Amino acid sequence: MAAEVYLNVAVGGVLTGLVYGLMALGLSVIFGVVRVVNFAHGEMMTIAMYIALTLFTVFHLDPLVMLVPVAAVLFALGYALQAGLINIFITRPEHSQFLLLIAIAIIIVNMLLIIFGPDSQNVQTAYAYESFKFGELIVDATKLYAASTAIVVAGALFGFFRYTPLGTAIRACADNQTGAVVVGLNVKRLYALTFGIGAACVGAAGCMLLLIFDVTPSVGPAYTLLAFVIVITGGLGSMAGAIVGGVLIGLIEAIAGLLFTPSAKSMFVFAILVLVLLVRPQGIMGQRAV
Amino acid sequence: MSDRSHTNNRITRRTAAIGLTIGAVASVAPFTIVRAQGAALKVGVLLPRSGFQAGIGQDCQRGVDISAGILKELGLPALEIMNGDTETKVEIARSRAEKLISDGAQVLVGAFDSGQSTAIAQVAEQKGIPYIVNIAAAPQITEQGYKFVVRNFPTAAMILGDAFANQKEVFETAGAAPKTAVFMHVNDTFGTAMKGGIGTVMPKFDMPYSIVETIAYDPAARDLSVEVAKAKATGADALLLVSRLNDAILLTRELVKQRWTPMAILSMGPGWYEDQYLKTLGKLSDGPLSFVPWYDPNKPLSKKLEDSLAKAHPGVNLNTNHVYTFEALLVAADAYKRAGTSDPAALADAIRKSNITNNVSPGPGIRFNEKGQNDKVKNSAIQNRDGKLVTVAPKVAANAKVEWPLKPYDRRS
Repeated sequence: MAAEVYLNVAVGGVLTGLVYGLMALGLSVIFGVVRVVNFAHGEMMTIAMYIALTLFTVFHLDPLVMLVPVAAVLFALGYALQAGLINIFITRPEHSQFLLLIAIAIIIVNMLLIIFGPDSQNVQTAYAYESFKFGELIVDATKLYAASTAIVVAGALFGFFRYTPLGTAIRACADNQTGAVVVGLNVKRLYALTFGIGAACVGAAGCMLLLIFDVTPSVGPAYTLLAFVIVITGGLGSMAGAIVGGVLIGLIEAIAGLLFTPSAKSMFVFAILVLVLLVRPQGIMGQRAV
Repeated sequence: MSDRSHTNNRITRRTAAIGLTIGAVASVAPFTIVRAQGAALKVGVLLPRSGFQAGIGQDCQRGVDISAGILKELGLPALEIMNGDTETKVEIARSRAEKLISDGAQVLVGAFDSGQSTAIAQVAEQKGIPYIVNIAAAPQITEQGYKFVVRNFPTAAMILGDAFANQKEVFETAGAAPKTAVFMHVNDTFGTAMKGGIGTVMPKFDMPYSIVETIAYDPAARDLSVEVAKAKATGADALLLVSRLNDAILLTRELVKQRWTPMAILSMGPGWYEDQYLKTLGKLSDGPLSFVPWYDPNKPLSKKLEDSLAKAHPGVNLNTNHVYTFEALLVAADAYKRAGTSDPAALADAIRKSNITNNVSPGPGIRFNEKGQNDKVKNSAIQNRDGKLVTVAPKVAANAKVEWPLKPYDRRS
């Protein structure tokens, strides 16, 4: 097979992986600070995809343009969820938290099913079928736009956590919760803000993924699983790890499909997960627990 | 005299008992028959109404929606439809079949998919309830010696045999043929059955092309860019496909994005002729050829079905999903009329003895062989043309000439 085929497939995999990474980033941020595993992560992204879809269908608003408003809606949803419900469960055993979030996931799937029906739907933007040709390299325009936006959003998030007082406070809370309380930080409010930020990430990722994939209410669990695989591979709680994990998973899916049989590409993704758990349980960018 | 007459008129216990018995037999027996003929037959219709096959399941439902009026017009008894959603999952199909039977379903119909239909067939046979397969091609469904299962739909081998014969007719009409093809198929029960069938059926037809690569993929795949890149890299003339609806849309998008227009798209499964495919892709949906179980547009009942569908669902083209779901209900109603009872054994027997010549699908009509398979049903070759579907082969059922080759995707407005 010609080298350009590998190059085309690899570039497509990396671009998709960047969007995967942004989706997983939300999960990683929430776990890194709140220490709650969001089992409704993919389902929350499906909500964002349907909001973007409705805005496109009714008002012809491009999902990329609506990225900020949709992310804001998801932020509000995430904040309300953490402040109103999850904070109550924060001191309870982990299995209670798991059950709560699984219940939320099931409710979301069924509500979407009632409202939007089971058909798969998508947006037909003006550039939906466009591609760019650079010599032998053909790049899918939607994937390129989505991946570029993912880089910008991820960069903004890194900047927020690194350089703003609120971001620093959240990081302090993640590093030492007791210390954060001692210095007067409102930990529960920071948890709600963090959950909101994580939800905003999936909101943005949902807008971008809608450009690439169709949406049905039943896709949520598959995205939740994918997000778990990415953050565990990249390092649970590590923001950079989520992006690296996303790119790695996207690339492996693509290359394994090309080299072996495409129907077995998921097998290679999970094989990498098993390998990482065996060789480096804390993930590629994760820090070993002391 | 008065005494005798008094004695003659006196009702003894014996005459009363005889009278009651005769009365009971005379009144109850005809009543039972009348009730059987008068009451609607309860038909459990199992379809993938949600999950990744939801689009097709709901399209099949349109065939159910338009059946009542036509069956009434044909003088057939009414059916009480009991809906069941398989959620595109084999295990759910099985449990829904059990639930429908426990809720009183007297016949089962469905379920579009071979894996789901296989599970339902097992339940129907265990419970002794007739099951009419509307759409499912895996050969094993009618190879198990089941007594309560029939299928008015071709097997994978029948589809392939007709597909290759119709392809040769199309190539002859077009005056051109591909020399190489990539075979892409879903890796579910239907797709793997078709793949298995190709190896044995294709050599018998001396096809002008050879298969240079076989690519299997997940029917629930979200992205088929790698699959298309791999197919494109072979440089094959044509794409030979066994797909579903969502993946057919994804494949077309990738063909456009990766700037590859093969000489022909030759589909041997659903997806490419579906209404959702045509509406989603617009001009990009034109051109693919589907070699599938279809309908004979020249049969009188086809016209009736087209009219009913146009009335109930304006703008929707009549297709395989509507036709074969309707025909499954036609078989149920016809058998119920002849059996005169909803007794499962009598109904199953009547279904097996069906001989319906006023039907929609191509071929001599609906008849089942000793295995419960309609082995006379024929396929057609259809082509997407300006958002409509035309039949291009076989000649006896054709209403248009094939357009060849596929118009390049980048030259469509």
